[in-house]
Amino acid sequence: MKDNIRTFKKELFSNKAAMFSLILLFILITAVLLAPLSPYDPYKLDAGQKLLGISGEHWFGTDEYGRDYFTRALYGGRVSLLVGFLSMLMTVAIGTVIGVFSGYAGGRLDTFLMSFTDIFLALPSMLLMVILNAFLQPGLKTLVVVLSLFSWASVARITRAETMSLKERDFIVASRNLGASNIRIIFVHIIPNILGPIIVAATLSVANAILMESSLSFLGLGVQIPLASWGSMLQGAQAYILNYPYLAVFPGLMILITVLSFNLLGDVLRNVLEPKIVK
Amino acid sequence: MWKYWCKKIIRLIIVMALISFLSFAVIYFAPGDISSMYITADMSDEQKENILAELGLDKSMPEQYMAWAARAMRGDLGVSLSNKASVWPQIVSRLPATILLMGCSMILSLTLAIPLGLWSGYKKHTWIDNIISSVAYIGMSIPAFWFGMLLIILFSAVLRLLPSSGMHSVGAESAFDTFQHIIMPCITLSIGNVAVYIRYIRSSTIVQLSEEYVLTAEAKGTPKIIILFRHVLKNTLLPIITLMGMNLASLVCGSFIVESVFGWPGIGTFAMGAIGSRDYPVIMAYVMFSGLLLVLGNFAADILYTLVDPRIKRGGTLDEG
Amino acid sequence: MGNLLEVRNLSVSFFTYESTVQAVRDISFDLAPGETTALVGESGCGKSVTSKSIMGLIKKPGKILEGSRIYFKGQCITDFTIKEWERFRGKNCSIIFQDALASLNPTMKIGRQIIEVLNNHDTGLSRDEKVKKAVEMLAMTGIADAAGCLEKYPHELSGGMRQRVMIAMALIGRPELLIADEPTTSLDVTVQAQILEQMKQLQQKLNMAILLVTHDLGIVADAANKIIIMYAGRIVEQGPAREIFYHPVHPYTKALLDSVPRIDRDRTKRLRAIEGNIPDMANPPKGCAFCGRCPEAMNICEEHAPVLRQIEGPHAAACWLNELHTIHGGTDA
Repeated sequence: MKDNIRTFKKELFSNKAAMFSLILLFILITAVLLAPLSPYDPYKLDAGQKLLGISGEHWFGTDEYGRDYFTRALYGGRVSLLVGFLSMLMTVAIGTVIGVFSGYAGGRLDTFLMSFTDIFLALPSMLLMVILNAFLQPGLKTLVVVLSLFSWASVARITRAETMSLKERDFIVASRNLGASNIRIIFVHIIPNILGPIIVAATLSVANAILMESSLSFLGLGVQIPLASWGSMLQGAQAYILNYPYLAVFPGLMILITVLSFNLLGDVLRNVLEPKIVK
Repeated sequence: MWKYWCKKIIRLIIVMALISFLSFAVIYFAPGDISSMYITADMSDEQKENILAELGLDKSMPEQYMAWAARAMRGDLGVSLSNKASVWPQIVSRLPATILLMGCSMILSLTLAIPLGLWSGYKKHTWIDNIISSVAYIGMSIPAFWFGMLLIILFSAVLRLLPSSGMHSVGAESAFDTFQHIIMPCITLSIGNVAVYIRYIRSSTIVQLSEEYVLTAEAKGTPKIIILFRHVLKNTLLPIITLMGMNLASLVCGSFIVESVFGWPGIGTFAMGAIGSRDYPVIMAYVMFSGLLLVLGNFAADILYTLVDPRIKRGGTLDEG
Repeated sequence: MGNLLEVRNLSVSFFTYESTVQAVRDISFDLAPGETTALVGESGCGKSVTSKSIMGLIKKPGKILEGSRIYFKGQCITDFTIKEWERFRGKNCSIIFQDALASLNPTMKIGRQIIEVLNNHDTGLSRDEKVKKAVEMLAMTGIADAAGCLEKYPHELSGGMRQRVMIAMALIGRPELLIADEPTTSLDVTVQAQILEQMKQLQQKLNMAILLVTHDLGIVADAANKIIIMYAGRIVEQGPAREIFYHPVHPYTKALLDSVPRIDRDRTKRLRAIEGNIPDMANPPKGCAFCGRCPEAMNICEEHAPVLRQIEGPHAAACWLNELHTIHGGTDA
């Protein structure tokens, strides 16, 4: 593990893009966490201040209700990142449990769980998410549940494959012979040893979740007013796109930067943690 | 071989059934009563019951689903709740726009991704590869709808070159007019797939170039560039067919969003309106059509693959290749 | 008559992130026209790298080091440009690899792959003539239905057939030198013998030189005129086949011979495997590379590497035991 951390550092520092993305993510997360320090209220309407454009006072301008757009973007980032992280946790949890059990159990259970997983992979998930969100009570919780419901399958595929290759290894066989229970083997021996691929999948799934959240919110099926995410800000901006394009540029840029950073980070992690993949 | 295709077909049927059942269940269990759309307060209890019975709403969810499925298989997708017109012809009349958009996007994606991916893999770790890979990275990470908005800002608001929405200008029916309208939606719909394809083709090219048959070709005195096009290209592109089949889902979902950004008059915008008004027969119909498109596309990809890969055509089974 | 190929001070290293692997270390040898020379050694001894160097096929991170020279009919090919290499390969010199299945393009018909050689080198032949030539060549390698074979894909042929196709592909340009890199290793023993026999016949018909690269001294016995034994990137012994077989000098050569079953040997003597492993080529030992596995190792072997020294005529070996003989003979130490 120590070795891994060393290679990770080496890889990270030698890879300028990865370094850059890590710094960006750090800045972004700090800024989002410090959002309450902003002098502006993200929810207070002020008709006199509407659509002011970019200035020293309002870095991103103000929106159609006169709210400081930069502050809105920070608060929106809180929601986007929160949804991203929460659904990542749930995605990874569901995917890992199904994948590991399937791979460990083998036989009929494995066949059944994997055909189930394959079918989930083949579903047009975005469409079903749209329908689910439209008919369920839209909001943060719904978003997280729906996003993870349609994302766990690829994680399950990965963890299953890793478990399969691990379970015949000597140390697992040995501890089984020594009478360790299956549950214990899974949690003490298997999962810690496949953490690498899980971390990679987790990183990429944050990126994916943020991207999908933004699409759903853009369609008006994500978080609801007065809460805003970058996606729902873009929905609002659509009406003003021809006259006030800056409203559309900033939130999108934030999404792009965040998703790009997570994707890059995931790739660097993959190179470090899964050395068998040819670069 | 027969076993393989039977398995495939059974999978398709399961996927279709699952898609429809899931959507149906969501709509059924959603808060708010569907029957309220049909029943008005001034109806008598008897009238209400009659309507419920007529719609099958007095039955249990599985029964309702079976009834719906039975009708759907006969081509009866019910009546739209909002405009009281039969759903089938409405969907069918909007389908060509969606298929046109998807088809154009597919062609555009491939014509961009194949040369760029090949070039990038061939020149791996050079500046040109770095540029192409970075662009692909951005394409993968950009929200498509936002990219579409940027295009609108640039080409419609600033440059005033292209129309920002719709499929035809009022009164114009020419192909060129449609072409102008489709440019931006098509690019928007393609960007994600182009990125995915480029990354795939690049790494596949790198893998193929390190294969021993490339060394043999080189040892025969074949110039590098000919090796790339005559030997590597085909082996690289074969798996792309499968990838395209798999990516159909994202194309279907993508077109839903892109249609809504550009007001493209396809089945996506139609469904979007229906979602707002909870017009469940329309939503179900949309889901079924999208699912069908997806499933048939996948099937077509499988067939195409067996046709073009000699290892499968003559080998008998897929596993051997 | 001059030599067909002269390798002078060839060194090839692979520069990886962690280390520099010295695959071939300063070797020199000659190939005479029309003769078969066997390059023998364990896997990892640098024999394949040597053969790829002759074809100009060393890829990054590998590099032929400064000062290495290879002459083909007097022309220095180590200075070749890409265009010159393209003219050279398949025309002057061809190579056959071990794994014929991997070496053939899986999605291209055999015919196209063979004819490609003719297309690469401006032969002025028409399409039909090229096809005819390909059929002739395939027939010469012993494929019964040569015309039908052109229309097949590699996976439709047996292992022996595929190797015959490789041979036909290598020889259709009528090269003066054929490098056969473990041509029969992946084949059944019976097929091995057929292929080797076929190669021998073709050699006589086409009058070409063969560099037979192999780890198996057994198949070399009646095929080669001359044998070069490589170990850890260096030549440890070379000479006429008879000399090597009947009067081996280097302990490694002896060990190799002991690991090959032979009819003419005492039945009571058992076949011996060579103990130990080849040294790490990222850090080659200071002295003789074989020292760690050598049953006759002396103190000097660990400290100083022996050089290749003539024994009798063209027979030479790099071993301190050999030097001892020369010392006894009265030359300087």
